[in-house]
Amino acid sequence: MPALLFLAQTLRIAIPYLFAAAGGVVTERAGLIGLTLEGYMLGGAFAAALGSYYGHSAWFGVFAGVLGGVLLGLVYGVSAIRFRADQVVVGIAINLLAIGLTRFFLRLAFGSSSNSPRVPGFGGEQSGTGFAALAANPMIWLGIIAIPVVGWILYRTPFGLRVRAVGEHPAAATSVGISVSRVRYAAAVLSGALAGLGGVYLVLDQHQFTDQMTAGRGFIALAATIFGRWDPSRVGLACLLFAAAEALQIQLQGAQLVPSQFVEMIPYLLTIVALAGVVGRAVAPASLGKVTE
Amino acid sequence: MTPTDTAAIRLTDIHKSFGPVLANRGASLEVARGEIHALVGENGAGKSTLMRMLSGMYTPDRGRMEVVDGSGVLRDVAGWSTADAIKAGVGMVHQHFMLVPTLTVEENLMLGAELTKDGPLRLLDRARAVEQVDALSRRTGLRVNASQLVSQLSVGEAQRVEILKVLYRGARILILDEPTAVLSPPEVAELWQVLRQMRERGETIVLITHKLDEVMSISDTVTVMRHGRTISRLRTAETTPQEIAREMVGRDVVLAGGLRRDAVTGEEVWAVASSRDAAPAGGTSLGQTNFPLPALELRGVSVASARHAEAVRDVGFSVSPGEILGIAGVEGNGQTELIEAIAGLRQLRSGTILLDHHDITNAPVRARGDAGLSHIPEDRHTRGLILDYTIADNLILGQQHRFARGGFFNSLDGERIAENARRQITAFDIRPDDPILPARALSGGNQQKIVVAREMGRDFRVLLAAQPTRGVDVGAIEFIHAQLLAARAAGKAILLVSADLSEILALSDRIAVMYGGRFVVVMPRSQASEEVLGPYMTGAESAA
Amino acid sequence: MTMTSSELSQNPKDTARAGRTISRATPSAHLREALLPSLIALLVAAIVGDILIVVFGQSPAAVYRLLIEGTWGNSYGFGQVLYKATTLTFTGLAIAFALRAGLFNIGAESQLAAGGFMAAIVGLLLPAGLPWIVMLPIYLAAAAFGGGIVGWIAGELKARFGAHEVITTIMLNFIVLALLSYLTSAHLKVPETLHTVEIHSGALPRLSDFIPAFHGSAANLVMLIAALACVAAWWYLFRTRRGFELRAVGLQPEAAEYGGVRPGAVWTRAMTISGAIAGLGGLNFVLGYKHYYEEGFAGGAGFLGIAVALVGGTHPLGVALAALLFATISQGGLAVNALVPKQFVEVLQAVVIIAVAVSVPEVRRILRAQRRTE
Repeated sequence: MPALLFLAQTLRIAIPYLFAAAGGVVTERAGLIGLTLEGYMLGGAFAAALGSYYGHSAWFGVFAGVLGGVLLGLVYGVSAIRFRADQVVVGIAINLLAIGLTRFFLRLAFGSSSNSPRVPGFGGEQSGTGFAALAANPMIWLGIIAIPVVGWILYRTPFGLRVRAVGEHPAAATSVGISVSRVRYAAAVLSGALAGLGGVYLVLDQHQFTDQMTAGRGFIALAATIFGRWDPSRVGLACLLFAAAEALQIQLQGAQLVPSQFVEMIPYLLTIVALAGVVGRAVAPASLGKVTE
Repeated sequence: MTPTDTAAIRLTDIHKSFGPVLANRGASLEVARGEIHALVGENGAGKSTLMRMLSGMYTPDRGRMEVVDGSGVLRDVAGWSTADAIKAGVGMVHQHFMLVPTLTVEENLMLGAELTKDGPLRLLDRARAVEQVDALSRRTGLRVNASQLVSQLSVGEAQRVEILKVLYRGARILILDEPTAVLSPPEVAELWQVLRQMRERGETIVLITHKLDEVMSISDTVTVMRHGRTISRLRTAETTPQEIAREMVGRDVVLAGGLRRDAVTGEEVWAVASSRDAAPAGGTSLGQTNFPLPALELRGVSVASARHAEAVRDVGFSVSPGEILGIAGVEGNGQTELIEAIAGLRQLRSGTILLDHHDITNAPVRARGDAGLSHIPEDRHTRGLILDYTIADNLILGQQHRFARGGFFNSLDGERIAENARRQITAFDIRPDDPILPARALSGGNQQKIVVAREMGRDFRVLLAAQPTRGVDVGAIEFIHAQLLAARAAGKAILLVSADLSEILALSDRIAVMYGGRFVVVMPRSQASEEVLGPYMTGAESAA
Repeated sequence: MTMTSSELSQNPKDTARAGRTISRATPSAHLREALLPSLIALLVAAIVGDILIVVFGQSPAAVYRLLIEGTWGNSYGFGQVLYKATTLTFTGLAIAFALRAGLFNIGAESQLAAGGFMAAIVGLLLPAGLPWIVMLPIYLAAAAFGGGIVGWIAGELKARFGAHEVITTIMLNFIVLALLSYLTSAHLKVPETLHTVEIHSGALPRLSDFIPAFHGSAANLVMLIAALACVAAWWYLFRTRRGFELRAVGLQPEAAEYGGVRPGAVWTRAMTISGAIAGLGGLNFVLGYKHYYEEGFAGGAGFLGIAVALVGGTHPLGVALAALLFATISQGGLAVNALVPKQFVEVLQAVVIIAVAVSVPEVRRILRAQRRTE
């Protein structure tokens, strides 16, 4: 059943995007640029490997991974909010920091410069390709609900209302007694946790951490956030679209119809097209990346 | 605190500085319960700062702030937060709207005071919010559509939402910062009605303004501020606009021709006094036919504003050499867009612009400059100067191509730039006179002199002077006025835009009034006075 | 070079934002504002470095001694520092140049790769055995074209559609690298490798050709081109009309527009030149070192270039010095690998960037507050 296989593969590929893009929506809607998603994912992945390995439990890995993402989110938050540092600069640096720290502690904890030993994870030996194997992995279910949960938070809760206000017009939020900093810290932490879960999924699915295993997925999630115009349901669809393109490419690998590099480009090209406004301009939250005095 | 105390607000000896700027230095204010209190003063007198401290946005450096609480007792509230102020029933409607455009009216109203459903999740209760907004809207007469996006509202509607937002939070003390600046006359009338209703319900209102007609028509009591201090507190019924104007300016003001109340604003009165010496001698007003061929001519010019509305509608006029055409009007009636269109900074929707009979409608900024157009922009901080550039570099901005050596490297000629700087600094008395200081380091008046020196210290045919004396000291005002008159005498054509009616009256040969993007009237100076122009400026008369 | 106060304003975007406060700023105050953040950042990095070294059970003194000996302490190590500094000078200069126009060029990595790739293509097409002095102008043009075209795309997207250059340059990084990977793997590569066949024309002289002590190090003639690029960029920015206009757009686009400058045109031009500068850096690896194009040779140089540009105060002279500093840290990581994992320098580099970003606004606020109270 190639169609079902294709769907299952699409979902597997989409899960880390869905997690990270959910974080991307939260952070960008609050006015903090989501350049850090890649770093959160990598930090979360490594922390999950540490937690799972030393805690002898995949769930301990999940907890540790969330913590890893949150810690990096806090570094970003403190730099960009408390110290009003340029978000682009700090964002890039957090990604470099995540690469450096994971490599350093990979040597320190596991004595390797390429990968961790096998750690407890979800799913059996062969992390199957069918739906049955997928359904057995709780991270899949979490990934599926990540975006709806974020949409629900943004549009149904007081916190979400405040996030939307702070990202669009921080002075207005301040004038009604809302602490812009507190909302942004919360958004940084939440997006760190969500994107961290994206990394957790990778580690627990593959049962090990490998150097730079996130391989740009955080940037694809950022692309999905922009391509989906910061709207949760559209962002979710963008993740699925990008994942489907990859799944299709894997399915067609034998046929050599389109070189894999061209499939890789799709998310990035679509994002540029969206930004250039060829089909309805993508307009970012008004205070995105700006320093709030 | 006496038992018979009827004060709702009592601020005593408040001090507040921002860096080197002393915004408040001993300001006081006492507002009685259930009155409409006008807080007046010139721009920069410290009114907004004082009220922002009262609403918790700023913290005073020192001083005593007391506000009445629910049980009628005055409590010390110095240094409270916006959240504290809101809780205590103090709400402020800011000059610049504090509304989130991407949220609905109902979301904006409950932001920070969200209604939630029962249950552990504490979800937003939109239905109840809409209900409450509708109820409040009916009760106050401020009509709004609760589920509309704020970005789709008109200015007047947005103002209503702002007031509702404050009332929604249960404000008993309402502070309004220049609420009429953006409103049309019917909208202003509606606002006054709402405020009077609130007063009848026993609520206290502080109205920041510099328009004396507003003070006279709506307030019970007036507090006048000047240079960060409180000067006097007057009963509106027992005072006159002349008395308030004198208190605002700090000296006797000779109100030429007996100013009518509705045309007088604080700034205008002030400039009458200061620009008197620079005004042309009596009898200089010239009819529009006395001039030779126009140097600047506009035909049927329409310009779009940022919101895609028509900011300038079908405006046509001409300015001749040796003539100053003054454009009067309340700010925001299209003056900015008109000037920017002539300068080449904004696209025309339709129409033609001629400079010495050459069509420059689509010419780039630089070509217009080379053709003899000079431009003193209204905002020197964002357009007129590059604050981190030196005085010398700012003195060539816009003419940098004239200071380049050409050729492949096209390097700038440092010596000529320095020579130009020395000459202009001396001619226009810019202080300090060190050409390598960044423009940021100069006072407002000297910064403006850099702009004036650059634009007038070169060969030009037509000058666009937008708010040329805004925010500068008296000495600089007189200097700049003298420069404008000298240029007029030298046969330059000058288009002067000023929010300051007396500046317009003091300098212009002909005066046009702009309202709603149109020239509603053009008349020779000899026929113009504040009484004549006032009704046109408020749109009350639209003869044309 | 004498510096004026406008050369020293650290981040053009920040100073424009601070717009309305009037305070007396003298050139020496500007200098303090420009230098302090970098010094603070290095101090913070040193502290973090000490912690990491101690965590790994080594003595900081021993590690730092080894780091210095392995870099500036011997001619091979120093040659490697110079080689690495050359690439970083180009990417750092490219980023600093764009920053002066108010633009953040995150795409230096792909521009560097595209420059190297174009040079390699030209090299493979040209007949073998031509002397480098004849070839050099052609290679320079090819590399500048390769990087410049990538920068141009981002500039046009910004000028025409207002697409934010940070996002478009990141996206272009992925797109261009994928494209180059396709071109290399499908048409050019030597089987079982990621690189093209060797170029037999115009290999540039190495430093060791003149000073034998540098034998084995990759330092080469491109080093001098990097120095010349710094001088040229400085001249352009601070001595020409175009530079006057470019910096004006970076500080206050509305004032520049008023001054007859079209910001869109400047954005396109600045990004094109920035890309071209980064592209020239590709010569260092392709012609100065390996004589072939290899996938991934540019890895990391773009992001590290951001650190170089910021620590160097977006001034060409500062960029060159900062490039030397970061090259020393990189090479030093290799030298101390026996004691601590070389990855610790990657952490340090990230810490330096964060510390600079954090201390720039902080230092300015403190210094300006001081000036007011004086």
